[in-house]
Amino acid sequence: MFKTFKIGGVHPEANKLSAAKAIVGAQLPKTAVIPLAQHIGAPANAVVQKGDKVKVGQLIGEANGFVSANIHSSVSGTVSKVDLAVDVAGFKKPAVYIDVEGDEWLETIDRTDALVTEIKDDAKTIIGKIKDAGIVGMGGATFPAHVKLSIPDGKKADFLIINGVECEPYLTADHRLMLEKSAELIVGIKILMKAINVDKAYIGIEANKPDAISKLTDLCKNEQGIEVVPLKLKYPQGGEKQLINAISGREVPSGKLPIDAGAVVQNVGTAFAVYEAVQKNKPLIERIVTVTGKTVREPSNFRARIGTPVADLIAAAGGDLEASGKVISGGPMMGKAMTNLESTVTKGTSGLLLMAADESERAAAGPCIRCAKCVDACPMGLEPYLLMQYSQRQMWAEDEANHIMDCIECGCCIFSCPAKRPILDYVRLGKNTVGKIIRSRKQ
Amino acid sequence: MGQLVVSPSPHARSSVSTPNLMYGVIAALLPALAVSIFYFGIGSLIVTLTSVASCVLFEYLIQKFLLKQTPTICDGSAILTGLLLAFNLPSNLPIGIIIVGAAFAIGVGKMAFGGLGQNLFNPALAGRVFLLISFPVQMTTWPVPQGLATNYIDAETGATTLNMLKNHFGNVADASQMFLGNMGGSLGEVSALALLIGFGWLLYKRIITWHIPVTIFATVFVFQGILYLADPVQFATPVQHLLAGGLMLGAIFMATDYVTSPMSVNGKIVYAIGIGVITVVIRNFGAFPEGMSFAILIMNAFTPLINNYIKPKRFGEVK
Repeated sequence: MFKTFKIGGVHPEANKLSAAKAIVGAQLPKTAVIPLAQHIGAPANAVVQKGDKVKVGQLIGEANGFVSANIHSSVSGTVSKVDLAVDVAGFKKPAVYIDVEGDEWLETIDRTDALVTEIKDDAKTIIGKIKDAGIVGMGGATFPAHVKLSIPDGKKADFLIINGVECEPYLTADHRLMLEKSAELIVGIKILMKAINVDKAYIGIEANKPDAISKLTDLCKNEQGIEVVPLKLKYPQGGEKQLINAISGREVPSGKLPIDAGAVVQNVGTAFAVYEAVQKNKPLIERIVTVTGKTVREPSNFRARIGTPVADLIAAAGGDLEASGKVISGGPMMGKAMTNLESTVTKGTSGLLLMAADESERAAAGPCIRCAKCVDACPMGLEPYLLMQYSQRQMWAEDEANHIMDCIECGCCIFSCPAKRPILDYVRLGKNTVGKIIRSRKQ
Repeated sequence: MGQLVVSPSPHARSSVSTPNLMYGVIAALLPALAVSIFYFGIGSLIVTLTSVASCVLFEYLIQKFLLKQTPTICDGSAILTGLLLAFNLPSNLPIGIIIVGAAFAIGVGKMAFGGLGQNLFNPALAGRVFLLISFPVQMTTWPVPQGLATNYIDAETGATTLNMLKNHFGNVADASQMFLGNMGGSLGEVSALALLIGFGWLLYKRIITWHIPVTIFATVFVFQGILYLADPVQFATPVQHLLAGGLMLGAIFMATDYVTSPMSVNGKIVYAIGIGVITVVIRNFGAFPEGMSFAILIMNAFTPLINNYIKPKRFGEVK
């Protein structure tokens, strides 16, 4: 019996087209455009200027406060400018432009493949190294990792959960990483366990990745306190709250954080980045990006430097842009539809998904037939149809009373709606407005 | 590629659509229709076709000329209402009366409230109860099953099983014949077997969940069981009550109507218990031998209240 979360969930088609494709290194870009805001929190401050020579791994943006992250150069070359650059959503954000010359790394970085298993650092040093390396949540949320690992006073983590669920259809970056960097991943997990002082870690993996489950289970036989937990296929199992529930049965209380349920959750990509940062002294300068979709000739898993233009990766995988209508950064359930193809790979780019023209447009919405499929699908136990109606009527107090702020925007409601109603659009509107009302109340 | 399509997530949709669901329910009703034609003959077919055609026509006319909307008769909901209305009628009902029932079901039961998704009461049941009150004689004259009969209005008639059970007369068919549908009654309600096959299909296609039908069955079984144990002479057995009358049809196809039933699982269970209790009360103590339609309509009226007070179980609820 595979475990899963208790409430709601849907079963989108998995479409893991690139699951069997080994990770390949993407070509270095001619110019890398490295945004200074790749994480949740304050943008980093640029510490280089036009004309500076930089090496791979060199700090170019300094974290601005606790909830922020360092930015390092992913290439070697000359800074051509520090200017605005357009992001996936079309907003202009500050970025460092680097003209690439060669591939010269900082000497302090261990570039060998040798596995370093001995963990010499203590918890404080580990968290310091993670912070210095600019590591953020690699699953897509990009929350700075050191913040999650710094347990607030008076709270205690009971266990670590490593998120290898990858419940988003199409994406296979985490899957490939678990297969190809298993040993490194286990060391990364042990480092994280030491950082938060727990002796138990669970790796949650959905049942559609039996190769990853068996490989990691074999490796864990020799390890104390690390257990692979196979999970039943169901979206959004990779959601933090759903994963904690699936593995431990605990529920993160409404409005609270995972640590309030005694859990710290990190993505497998993050755990691997932690291994590289702590054992190899390598900052976060590259990540695995799945480039996939039905209009991509060679769905691929690339190891791409941060700042690589997305258009380069799409071309490298043989993406047919003519036949595509939509390009998504991330997966089809929670990814963002890109407004342009000028942006570059960031720390949170888990995938680039091309959707065929005919599956890109939304179907026309019909009247709500009150079938309750959205209610049954909602993993937070909300009533999406009702929240939509309240938001349409601007009844914000009713939205709040019906727990609209608990919505995790997983999209199960829209996915399941037979009338194709834009439920989550209105729930987002409601969340946004109710959030503002709550903040103004606190002042 | 011209312009990129940009819309908020999610970008994937399930393939289920409103017409899918409607036609799925229609498919689930076909076994019961086949059995009905087998037992009642051509009359079943005439009543069903008349009812479906008039429901679709009235919806079309009202949308086009009264509401000035683009007609949406292809979504299958009017066909479904027509089928369900027919299933609740005797197979010898004159065509004129059927058309009046269809006009009420669609015009008053559905469109007057604003069309699909807006109605408070199940339209087919509203039509049936309207006819029952307006044409009490024709609506309670039930043909007896005679196997692929070719006569329609002049079919041989007799009492329903529920009437016999309540008033203690006639030869009540044994449970196995009742299960197959070999008894008098509305044309679509007689065969528990055919309706249960439809129930299986609805569950398999995930069109409905088990909560409402199973809760109604259980409530009726328990409540009628208590009455039977208290006085086996006066009250019929729970099995007879499960198989007779419109209980199966109502529980599986009418009480589960999306629009008029509650949204949360707990709400559905409260609603279904209500239907079960009211049905047993009317059947045993009321003026009519059958109480299913009234029970569903009464609980339809409670649905908004149930939705307001009974909420789904929230994730991470802080008590």
